[in-house]
Amino acid sequence: MNAPLFTESEWNFQTLDRVLKAIEEVAIDDLRLEPYPNQIEIISTEQMLDAYSAMGMPLMYHHWSFGKLFAREEGLYRSGQIGLAYEMVINSNPCISYLLEENSTTMQTIVIAHAAFGHNHFFRNNYLFQQWTNAESILEYLAFAKRYIAACEERYGFADVEAILDSGHALMSEGVFRYRRPPRPSRARLIEKHRRRADFAEEDYNELWRTLPQGAEPPPPGPDLWDNDSEELAGGPKLPEENLLYFLEKCSPALKSWQREVLRIVRHLAQYFYPQRQTKVMNEGCATFVHYTILNGLYEKGLLTEGSMLEFMANHTAVVFQPDFDDPRYSGINPYALGYGMMADIRRISERPAEEDKFWFPDFAGKGDWRQVLKDAWANYRDESFIEQFLSPKLMRDLRLFALSDSAEAPHLTVAAIHDEAGYRKLRSTLARQYDVGVSDPNIQVVGANLKGNRKLFLEHRMHRGVPLNPSQKAQVLPHIERLWGHEVSLEEVAPE
Amino acid sequence: MTAYFIDRRLNPKGKSLANRQRFLRRARAQIREAVQKSLKDSDVADAGKDRKVRISNQGTREPRFRLDPSKGGHRDFVLPGNKQFSAGDQIKKPQQGQGGGGGKDAATSGEMDDDFEFMMREDEILDIFFEDLELPNLVRTALSDVQMSSWKRAGITTAGAPTQINLLRTMRNSFGRRLALRRPSLAGVKALEEEIATLEAQEPPLQDEALLASLRAELDRVNIRRKWVAYIDPVDVRFNAFVEQPQPSSQAVMFCLMDVSGSMGEREKDLAKRFFVLLHLFLRRRYQKVEIVFIRHTHDAQEVDEQTFFYSRQSGGTIVSTALEKMLEIQKQRYTTSDWNIYAAQASDGYTQSGDARRCVELLENDLMPICQYYAYIEILDEREMEVFSSEEAGAELWRAYRTVAEHWKNFATKRIAKPSDIFPVFHELFKKQEVE
Repeated sequence: MNAPLFTESEWNFQTLDRVLKAIEEVAIDDLRLEPYPNQIEIISTEQMLDAYSAMGMPLMYHHWSFGKLFAREEGLYRSGQIGLAYEMVINSNPCISYLLEENSTTMQTIVIAHAAFGHNHFFRNNYLFQQWTNAESILEYLAFAKRYIAACEERYGFADVEAILDSGHALMSEGVFRYRRPPRPSRARLIEKHRRRADFAEEDYNELWRTLPQGAEPPPPGPDLWDNDSEELAGGPKLPEENLLYFLEKCSPALKSWQREVLRIVRHLAQYFYPQRQTKVMNEGCATFVHYTILNGLYEKGLLTEGSMLEFMANHTAVVFQPDFDDPRYSGINPYALGYGMMADIRRISERPAEEDKFWFPDFAGKGDWRQVLKDAWANYRDESFIEQFLSPKLMRDLRLFALSDSAEAPHLTVAAIHDEAGYRKLRSTLARQYDVGVSDPNIQVVGANLKGNRKLFLEHRMHRGVPLNPSQKAQVLPHIERLWGHEVSLEEVAPE
Repeated sequence: MTAYFIDRRLNPKGKSLANRQRFLRRARAQIREAVQKSLKDSDVADAGKDRKVRISNQGTREPRFRLDPSKGGHRDFVLPGNKQFSAGDQIKKPQQGQGGGGGKDAATSGEMDDDFEFMMREDEILDIFFEDLELPNLVRTALSDVQMSSWKRAGITTAGAPTQINLLRTMRNSFGRRLALRRPSLAGVKALEEEIATLEAQEPPLQDEALLASLRAELDRVNIRRKWVAYIDPVDVRFNAFVEQPQPSSQAVMFCLMDVSGSMGEREKDLAKRFFVLLHLFLRRRYQKVEIVFIRHTHDAQEVDEQTFFYSRQSGGTIVSTALEKMLEIQKQRYTTSDWNIYAAQASDGYTQSGDARRCVELLENDLMPICQYYAYIEILDEREMEVFSSEEAGAELWRAYRTVAEHWKNFATKRIAKPSDIFPVFHELFKKQEVE
């Protein structure tokens, strides 16, 4: 039997090194994870608050909304209303994880397993992240964004830059490509872009501005109106366009070139975070399942004391706790609970299936190869498809899930399905839809622009099952679009045929 | 598989400071309103402390398009924790805003965060508090009424005291001049002298009589030239120059004068205290060092400590001029106008022995006002009196007397207050940004 890795709750870097090695053994040799190299950083509470308020990124351009978030979080934290996250992890290569210095050694162990191996593996292997984000260059891009926006502030003043960022932020969830890959710029343009950015990095600001087109002239109307950036837009935009930020960046007659670049930065960020929004349950589930399995693996090897194990159990239980809908603590379905529950259930089905599991999951029930099943799931699914595919009747019963059907005009909610034989499939589909950001985000499309006349821009909200936009929010966002477009904007809410 | 740790704890803090500044600037109007309200309502003695500020979200909203199922359409959703429902059951909709239908409702409505609460630090609060206030006449004092000065370097001059000689520059000039005018070097003179000495030491008859003569002539010429081209000439000499630069005095003394006779009750003293504290806070922000002198008076005046000033009582009549005399005396002893900016704040209920008001006016006009940066007088009335004396002209003897002073001196202010909420407006008006004249 091995000696425990540590017995003290105070950690030091030697202990952490030992812990990391031991975790790595279980993660790589047993779970066969394939994470990015790890860069684990120890930070103070204030730095954690900093990271919180900057979209969880290690560096970020300046904007008042981050300051507001920081002020709010700091207030809540100082008054003891919220605790801080134990860790924060960044989808980058090497994968950066932040550990809070206040964590006990046991907590650091959990957190390293959770973030540096669980999340890390997920980031590296999930298809959404592979397709839509570029872990290699995100930090470099953020550094560019920060410098660029600071330079714009210096040159054009805080107010002008802030206005563009405000408007960009308001449209962030409408600034992603959902159904197709972002158009790839031609090779020549790519080289040009790289050159410009390199110029920016190397030269001083004056030099930078020399390389950018001068003046505030809107592009002249006519066929070459669209000919100012990507060749996809050459000869006119393809309408309808779902990515509002992209459309405005490329086609707005009112924006100067630096404003387009600022919008592009916001859009790139929105796109970078889009996979995370689609995989909350899976990402957290994966990390939680990994830390649970690793900690137990360490314990079985005798590397953890009973005391640490107890601390871990208490923490883990709190993390995966799911309050009932009528509990005052309820605030939606806990992604840790659902994700971990489903993944633990996959292992159970794989190792000790019940009769119904063999019927529901004939592919892997009882085959014992849960590692491979999970790795496939982590790589090839997002929340919606994962739930649709893997939510088992047993878990629906355990969580006592039930589906409600809600029509705005009806005085009652109707129970559409509960956790019984008749309801499993409907329940599962309903829950899966709930995690489809394509459904939960409003579907807003650019459908036309009057370029010859008054330059009015036409948007359409294609309502899903007749659910309209929140009117007051809509009224507040529209001026932002008008600011970016420079002319009148109309937004019609339509029910698709 | 590589992995490594980095200790970031010692990295510079305050990374989000720039964001915070942008936020404060953005919400300026709301924050100002909130700060001023919270200062008005709360104990003024705490004015300069960190405090929680609740601002409206106006101006810092972050709108997004959101779906609102309560406004129309149809949706299905899943909840955990079913206890008694079966398929087909109907449930009465929970009241709007109770969130029984799921936390998502509140989150999607976007209206929940209309108020926003956060901690503001002392300096941020005071910044807003004093934003549009300006210490009266400070600028003028600093510029015209120079009281303190310091010496600043001001380059190099050709004239000055010997102690201020700039050796480097002087020697540089000297060297250049010597080079240009070909001053013979000392080594050259020595060499000549040695050569002459060697020749002279030879046994006569001398072979090179002519050479010796020419060497001697050369030595004379060289010595004359060395005298003519001086090693250091007056034209070489440079001096460090200094100029006297006016500096505003950075210390202030604040005289607190208060009537403590029986007619000043707890309420009056409390109001006066708030007034003094606020003034002090303001001065503390403007001057590096602020001293306070407490002078209380009945029919005669004493300098006392703060405790005694506010909390002990004295019986006796009321002669305001005694306090002014005391102030003048203390000022003469300890606070010369060349070193101190002098401020005075006087609180009274407006009563004084008849005839004394004239003496007060004399003292103020002749002695005190010329040395004071600012003199603020507040008269504490009760609410009933406040209504009676709603016009500025009406008032007791002291009030009318002081008003004549106010007419002559711009830096003399008089106000009447009756309740705590009057104090801030008074203060605001007293120190309102003065028009540039």
